[in-house]
Amino acid sequence: MGKITLTSVRKSFGEVDVIPSLDLSIEDGEFVVFVGPSGCGKSTLLRLIAGLEDTTSGSISIDGQDATDLPPARRGLAMVFQSYALYPHMSVKKNIMFPLKMAGMDVAEAEAKVANAAKILNLTNYLDRKPGQLSGGQRQRVAIGRAIVREPKAFLFDEPLSNLDAALRVNMRQEISELHQTLKTTMIYVTHDQVEAMTMADKIVVLNAGRIEQVGSPLELYRSPANTFVAGFIGSPKMNLITGAEAAKHSATTIGIRPEHLDIVADGPWQGVVGLSEHLGSDTFLKVAVAGMEPITVRAGGELNLHHGDRISLAPQAGKLHRFGADGKTLA
Amino acid sequence: MATAHSRTAARLMVSPAVILLFLWMIVPLGMTVYFSFLRYNLLTPGTSFAGLDNYYYFLTNAAFWDALVNTITLVVGVLLITVFGGIGLALLLDQPMWGQGIVRVMVIAPFFVMPTVSALVWKNMFMNPVNGMFAHIAKALGFAPYDFLAHAPLLSIIVIVAWAWLPFSTLILLTALQSLDREQQEAAEMDGASTLSRFWYLTVPHLTRSITVVILIQTIFLLSVFAEILVTTNGGPGTASTNIPYLVYAQSLLSFDVGGGSAGGIVAVILANIVAFFLMRMIGKNLDA
Repeated sequence: MGKITLTSVRKSFGEVDVIPSLDLSIEDGEFVVFVGPSGCGKSTLLRLIAGLEDTTSGSISIDGQDATDLPPARRGLAMVFQSYALYPHMSVKKNIMFPLKMAGMDVAEAEAKVANAAKILNLTNYLDRKPGQLSGGQRQRVAIGRAIVREPKAFLFDEPLSNLDAALRVNMRQEISELHQTLKTTMIYVTHDQVEAMTMADKIVVLNAGRIEQVGSPLELYRSPANTFVAGFIGSPKMNLITGAEAAKHSATTIGIRPEHLDIVADGPWQGVVGLSEHLGSDTFLKVAVAGMEPITVRAGGELNLHHGDRISLAPQAGKLHRFGADGKTLA
Repeated sequence: MATAHSRTAARLMVSPAVILLFLWMIVPLGMTVYFSFLRYNLLTPGTSFAGLDNYYYFLTNAAFWDALVNTITLVVGVLLITVFGGIGLALLLDQPMWGQGIVRVMVIAPFFVMPTVSALVWKNMFMNPVNGMFAHIAKALGFAPYDFLAHAPLLSIIVIVAWAWLPFSTLILLTALQSLDREQQEAAEMDGASTLSRFWYLTVPHLTRSITVVILIQTIFLLSVFAEILVTTNGGPGTASTNIPYLVYAQSLLSFDVGGGSAGGIVAVILANIVAFFLMRMIGKNLDA
């Protein structure tokens, strides 16, 4: 079980409201990702759920029980920290066993659990090493192992992959997703990387300045962003947001079109000059300057042979245009 | 760059400093060794070869064993107080509080007071049986004043020296505490560790290296405590507060026996090396890795 409900939770540090009143419900077994730019309060929100920070007002309940004033240890949650926070003087085995030892578990039973966790995480050969002798990815796995053995109601991950190099990050991302498939435990994952959010989440919570901008599945957010912030944050490369006369034609303040929803045609509505072209092999990203509009990013096929200064004409695909009002919200 | 040629040049460049430092050490040591084999008293003119007599008399002197025991008691006593007291003070000073900066400076202050001054202050203002603060307090509470330096001379000196060294260990342990990773503490908190077990399983292991440094450095200085003894008890009553450095001083400058004093000095050097050897073997391995 691992249903977590936040009701009008508020957190302020002195005068500063980091999180103005917020409601959120996380279902049992869900993989929820909190995503947002740095400083948006996503880590604070995670720490509030963990109990490492006290709420200023509002309540947090875990499995229907009020946990607002429970100390972290009694909430039954396990956390994986950004710095892994392994105990440097203990071996891998002792690190993983630490929570069990603190819970006063029988040594034989604890050893069996550690062995099992080590098998799941491919750490069996490293049990006697110290954290200092492990690579970044292995340390990450030890930190996860320490969380698994407690059999928590939910796992909390605080930007766990940000200290790893790009290749390892993709691997660990898959490993964590697979772990979620195996354990089927609720996981809450904080990241500023929208790619991680899109690839891992059942449900994404987009945060901005402590407020929830939108909650939904990755594709929901991609297909129908609630406002310009979510539209610009989810998807890579970013959605083109166009204001001015062109937007007024569609009776909106801002219109948005994703780079992959623009076609290069012989005779389209938008004429422009290619500024920069990035050839990635599989794709080509073009920065196009169109008169009277913001620079437009276009995602085109990989074998395209266009260069700086070439004139092209663009057409948005039918039905892929997003319209936003003066307040930034999507128009129906 | 590091060719044989440049290495030779480098050796040549540093040699003046190395030679000077080497002479600085070896000349006094050599002279002390030389004197320790001479019958050399400032009251009788002339010197003559004495063989191992000086060592024999120094080591069979009843005062030597007292001094040895006193030296060890002093070192161990001060180490116990400063290590445990230092951990306690460091933990207190690590807590967020108002006026932290000023409090920290004040805690460090005793270390800047020179040993003769601090010992005299303790002797005359605190421990004096007539005018001392402790005597006043005792009298105010209806007890008879206690003459610390006469009745518990070694303990009094241990207290004085510990007072002077407590800031040192506090400072080193405080910096170590401040480098303790906060996320580790939080992780342990989530793992269900109580404050006490967090202290025992995280803080203490984290501090071992600093404690080792404190013990090593302090031992070196505590083996040669002298000023505090000279200005308070003069090693007395009898030999109750005489340690080895003070005994060497008494031998060579109070009895004018340069030969005997030199032998004592060499014995002290050998003892210090034995202590250093065992100390390094016992706790030096904490400094590896």
